Amino acid sequence: MLPVAAYLALSAVLFTMGVVGVLVRRNALIVFISIELMLNSVNLAFIAFARQHLGIDGQVIVFFVLVVAAVEVVVGLALIVEIFRSRSTVDIDDVDLLRG
Amino acid sequence: MSFVPLILVWPLLGWLVNGLAGRRLSRTVSGLVACAAVGASFATAALALAAYVQASAAQAASAAEGASQTALSVIVPLFTWLGAGDLWVQASLQVDALSLTMALVVSGVGFLIHVYSIGYMAHDPNVSRYFAYLNLFIFAMLLLVMAGNLLVLFVGWELVGVCSYLLIGFWFARPAAAAAGRKAFVVNRIGDAAFLLGLFLLFTALGTLDISEIRHRVGELPDGLRLAAALLLFAGATGKSAQLPLHVWLPDAMEGPTPVSALIHAATMVTAGVFLVARLDTLFLSSPAALVVIATIGALTAFYAATVALRQHDLKRVLAYSTISQLGYMFVAMGAIAPAIGIFHLVTHAFFKALLFLSAGSVMHAMHDVIDVRRLGGLARTVRWTAAGFIIGGLALAGIPPFAGFFSKDLILEHAFALGMASGNYIPYALGLLTAFVTAVYITRAVALTFFGVPAEAGAHPHESPPVMLWPMALLAVLSVAGGALGAHAAGEPLLRFLAPLLGAVEVEGAAAPHPPAAILMGISVAVAFAGVLTGWIVHRNRRDPSLGAMGTLLEQRWYVDALYDRSIVAPGHATGRWMAGPVDLGVIDAAVNGVGRLFAALGAASRRLQTGYARQYALSVLIGAVLIVGYWILR
Repeated sequence: MLPVAAYLALSAVLFTMGVVGVLVRRNALIVFISIELMLNSVNLAFIAFARQHLGIDGQVIVFFVLVVAAVEVVVGLALIVEIFRSRSTVDIDDVDLLRG
Repeated sequence: MSFVPLILVWPLLGWLVNGLAGRRLSRTVSGLVACAAVGASFATAALALAAYVQASAAQAASAAEGASQTALSVIVPLFTWLGAGDLWVQASLQVDALSLTMALVVSGVGFLIHVYSIGYMAHDPNVSRYFAYLNLFIFAMLLLVMAGNLLVLFVGWELVGVCSYLLIGFWFARPAAAAAGRKAFVVNRIGDAAFLLGLFLLFTALGTLDISEIRHRVGELPDGLRLAAALLLFAGATGKSAQLPLHVWLPDAMEGPTPVSALIHAATMVTAGVFLVARLDTLFLSSPAALVVIATIGALTAFYAATVALRQHDLKRVLAYSTISQLGYMFVAMGAIAPAIGIFHLVTHAFFKALLFLSAGSVMHAMHDVIDVRRLGGLARTVRWTAAGFIIGGLALAGIPPFAGFFSKDLILEHAFALGMASGNYIPYALGLLTAFVTAVYITRAVALTFFGVPAEAGAHPHESPPVMLWPMALLAVLSVAGGALGAHAAGEPLLRFLAPLLGAVEVEGAAAPHPPAAILMGISVAVAFAGVLTGWIVHRNRRDPSLGAMGTLLEQRWYVDALYDRSIVAPGHATGRWMAGPVDLGVIDAAVNGVGRLFAALGAASRRLQTGYARQYALSVLIGAVLIVGYWILR
């Protein structure tokens, strides 16, 4: 069986990919997927620790995260659809109504 | 005596009617309402006098067996005005010889002047406002003289001040009138502040402001405190009665309508200071040092104002300085421990000075508001009744027997001489005698320049005033002739005897008053008065008006007192005001407020750059923040 460090390393790689995706990509959908990536990388870390400590707390939290992520997808996608309808773009740099 | 408050109610009603509905009343109705109000007040006061005399006689009869006879003083309580802790102010009216005398003079002379005003103000568009103020003044003055409590008296004192301000500035569109009203108010405020301090002092020391209680309990006060209270109250009196050094407002007050000058600034309001001293006679007469101050200030003022009147060209200003001078005489009487004599002079002065002012007003009426004596002349031929009125008033002022002014002024000089005999201080007498001479000269000058000789301006067509103005003058002329009987030996001194139980008691207290040689002194007074009139006539006949050289300039400039005040107080005051309005208000206060505003605007302008509108930049901020927090927790 692989040591827990390997899972954590994978989790860190996935999380960093998510962060970079959020920071460098301008397409709202890609940014959205990157956020999902970060959430799931955290899920992986939780599962790994739960396995390590033989507890179920981590697994329970993963369920919560999944639920929150599902809700977030619903709201987020709805927002993106609305933005596209009103502005014909999903480039988040074009959405800057709050610029000071 | 329960009807006594009606004396005050009539003018108050008149004020309400003219003040609230005046615009809808015709000018005739307006004047009639005002006159009726004051006339009713006079009638009520006369009834009160009758009732008082009756009650007084009854008391005297029942107390005939008793040892001491005190003056009857009826207190008519109105309501409890304020009660808080130790301070318990009962609004009440005091009916005694002094207050009745004053109330009769105020309402009587006031009534005549109201009637005169109907004619004088006939062409003014704001007649109802004028009469409303005039009625309010009569109410306030009656409140002042009848008050049974010093705080109520102070209310009247301030109210007459307000009326004076309103009426001096009645033609407020004229800058000079507005400025004169302001000046009168500000100068009076100085005196009033001292008056208030005196009230505080008396209340702290005695725990009461009730006049009769204070009169009876001044003996409890230590000497120094009594002197301080007397001097503070006298300082208030110098403001209201235009004595040195607070006299400067009265000549300027002549900017108001002439009947106002006659009523407020000659006959009644300006005598409030004299009245105050008489009202609290025991307080003043029991502190010898205060008496010296009062007599000295009075004598100096009398002399100063009389000399200034020698070289004034505005007829009303001559009379204004004359008023200041005569008020000085009244204070000399107070200082010479003869308050009843001072009140006697107050009464006769009210008669003849009101007459003089109304005659001067009649001259203005005849000459279309020309009042500069250099532009008048020869009026005795054209406006005979006015001239007769002025000359009678002038003779009374000069102290020519048998006119009213002679009797009262002679008695004052007699008592001033007695003061000299008692204390060795002959200064008030000497100044008083000198002033009598100067008085005769300046009033003769005014008469000679105004009514005799060749008219200065040929084009003028003077016309005599209507009867509604001449009748009050005629009645005042009669009073100016006959008024002396109120205090003349030959007539039995009715006024002095009336006042004696109230004001005479203290007089006897002054250790063994010496008896001056009355006949000789009277001879001197008469000689001086005639000499003055003769001198004035010789110098000024045919309307000659020698300028008296350097001394004339000094007098014309009012001894430079006004200039001194202007330089030392008014100009620095204005400069301070301008400095406050400019550098301080704009430069400091406004700058501070605007600076705070500008600071936050700048902060906002700088920080709005943070809001770029790029979601990814916000995300980067979140990341950096998270890294920093996590880093802190790890490295801690």
